[in-house]
Amino acid sequence: MADKKDIDEVTGTDTTGHEWDGIKELNNPLPRWWLWTFYGTVAWGLAYTIAYPAWPLINSATQGVLGHSTRAEVAQEIAEVNARNAEVSERLAAADLSTLSPDDPAHRFGVAGGASVFLANCSQCHGQGAAGVQAAGYPNLLDDAWLWGGTLEDIEFTVRHGIRNDTDPDARWSEMPAFGDILSDEEIAQTVEHVLAISGQEHDAAMAQQGMVWFEEQCSACHGLNGEGDRSLGAPTLNDAIWLYGGDRETLIETVTYSRFGVMPAWGERLEEFEIKAVTLYLHQLGGGE
Amino acid sequence: MTQSPASPPPLYAPREPIFPRRVKGTYRTLKWWIMGVTLAIYYLTPWIRWDRGPNLPDQAVLVDLAGRRFYFLWIEIWPHEFYFVAGLLIMAGLGLFLFTSALGRVWCGYTCPQTVWTDLFILVERWIEGDRNARVRLWNAEWSFKKFRLWMTKWVVWFFIALATGGAWVFYFADAPTLARDLVTFDAPLVAYSTILILTATTFVFGGFMREQVCNYMCPWPRIQAAMMDESTLTVAYRHWRGEPRGKHMKAEDADQRGDCIDCMACVNVCPAGIDIRDGQQMECITCALCIDACDEVMERIGKPRGLIDYLALSDEEAETNGAKPRPIWQHVLRPRTILYTAMWSLIGVALVYALFIRSDIDLTVEPVRNPQFVTLSDGSVRNAYTLRIRNLTAEPRAFRVMLTSEEILRIDVESDGEVANHVTVPANETMQARVYVIARPQDPAADAETTDLRLWVEDVETDDRAGVATIFNGKG
Repeated sequence: MADKKDIDEVTGTDTTGHEWDGIKELNNPLPRWWLWTFYGTVAWGLAYTIAYPAWPLINSATQGVLGHSTRAEVAQEIAEVNARNAEVSERLAAADLSTLSPDDPAHRFGVAGGASVFLANCSQCHGQGAAGVQAAGYPNLLDDAWLWGGTLEDIEFTVRHGIRNDTDPDARWSEMPAFGDILSDEEIAQTVEHVLAISGQEHDAAMAQQGMVWFEEQCSACHGLNGEGDRSLGAPTLNDAIWLYGGDRETLIETVTYSRFGVMPAWGERLEEFEIKAVTLYLHQLGGGE
Repeated sequence: MTQSPASPPPLYAPREPIFPRRVKGTYRTLKWWIMGVTLAIYYLTPWIRWDRGPNLPDQAVLVDLAGRRFYFLWIEIWPHEFYFVAGLLIMAGLGLFLFTSALGRVWCGYTCPQTVWTDLFILVERWIEGDRNARVRLWNAEWSFKKFRLWMTKWVVWFFIALATGGAWVFYFADAPTLARDLVTFDAPLVAYSTILILTATTFVFGGFMREQVCNYMCPWPRIQAAMMDESTLTVAYRHWRGEPRGKHMKAEDADQRGDCIDCMACVNVCPAGIDIRDGQQMECITCALCIDACDEVMERIGKPRGLIDYLALSDEEAETNGAKPRPIWQHVLRPRTILYTAMWSLIGVALVYALFIRSDIDLTVEPVRNPQFVTLSDGSVRNAYTLRIRNLTAEPRAFRVMLTSEEILRIDVESDGEVANHVTVPANETMQARVYVIARPQDPAADAETTDLRLWVEDVETDDRAGVATIFNGKG
């Protein structure tokens, strides 16, 4: 068999000598280098599973002799980035924000880095776009109304110490009484009509007239005679178009009757110094900074 | 199964060595020229300088992957203009269809890098070892100092050609003189060395040892070509009707009944694919046309007309057997199919050139901030924010005025690093982001409408060139 080549008549090709019911199997040999390449890939594959984590064991998997780990690789990359940013973040941490030039690399680093600090730590309440949540009383940080001030210094202080929390003695603090215990329902309704009036909304003029008396007596100490608010007390401006909890009659009655008590944690201990400065720079350039 | 061979034939075949003989002729000369020109283009292009001013690289052809720019002479392609590259690739594809349907595997035979470098490697082989017969003798000879010396010399020369080939590739991706210096002083990036290493290895192995194996077993093109060729496609073929029955001419009794083929094997001996063209069209044939030169030389010597092996279409064999005259080339090439391919190819080419001429050197994209859609300010105004990406496609820094046009009353504020400004300065050859606010006062209709159409513009402060993008303003409605 081996000495005589079996040639298929039709194609003129060698056959393997196999024949089924008169049908012969043709032999078009693969190139030998192809076979060696195939063996090579098998050997490469085996070596790869030895070099890298591969074979599953009962509780884990083989670690590979090269000690490669994607998790460690990520940790290393993060460490490299942090090391690269060490100089600029130290510079930002030591900077006085009010005099930091917008062209300073630390400023640009702060705005960009502050965005991710915000997303990781602040967006849960203030929203990804920093537009706040009115139904829950989380302030919108994009507009031009600030309860405690919108300068870089004010924002940095608020971020660092928070609002009405028990953890930081320097936290911004003020408290509106629940007027449900002080004024009657009718008096509250009249006061609310006055607030609607000074904020330019539809109102009952007669009730508002009466409400002005209650307002001057009870509210003006903090919110000002004309409802202009007082930032030193965190008392909101009432004669503008922006409302923390809502400016309609129903919400205002609820606010006056039961009061509000919004809380923000102090971030001074939780964030790095440069992160506080970064998020301050970021917030300041969102459109409302003063 | 009726029978089982005691020892089945081998299922894996070693490569049959091929020793192409030297040949002279029209096509060989053409191929030398093409080899010279294509290799010169490949090796020298990265070293051509092109002055683009102080802010841009001065390399005529540069693929700047890190900076995401592609420089080609006076043209600079940004990533968002990748359709130019896509268009060129489509043109290359259509061009391949065109040439294949008209001239068969002309790409394979003349310009494919595998063919060009193999040709170069065979040239080196012939310089060092001699022509076909000497090479066959050396191949079959026992190991000796001479064989070792000749082969080693050949391999060393091959290696340096391969190194130059792999080395030239990386120069397309970085400033060539700088990279060349860094490569020598071992300051170049690792990826440059590994790329050179891989391409040196593939050039050395593919050009020196694998040669036609690459075409036969690795390249898909020989298979695809079958779908693109038809009976009118010009390809290298043997005039069967004229050559057969073949035989040694001399003074045999039946000499006048014989065909023109004297079975001298010249066509087989020069073939780099190791085939016999007289067996008809076959997959291994790359239509390099060297057998045409070889046969013409012999025909001339024995006083017969040239063209026993020639560029022919499949339909010609039958027609000429029946006595028809050979058809001129243009009749083969000018067919509805090739005309259609040419038209499509030209159409895309013209469109690309047109796109190149009308493209602006300012590019603006506008991304309206959608979270939140609008912000109410304390005086009741409604404000929308937009992120503008302004691309300055020139080599000079430019200042742009940002403006808006709308049917309704709207005001624009441009913020630049926290400061309100109306100019944005974009550095040369860069993209700059700017945050733009558009404000509707409480009494303006846009404040209460659901949406208002507007168009944001950037205008070069000096030249008044501008670019605009339509977008919308979200009101309270």
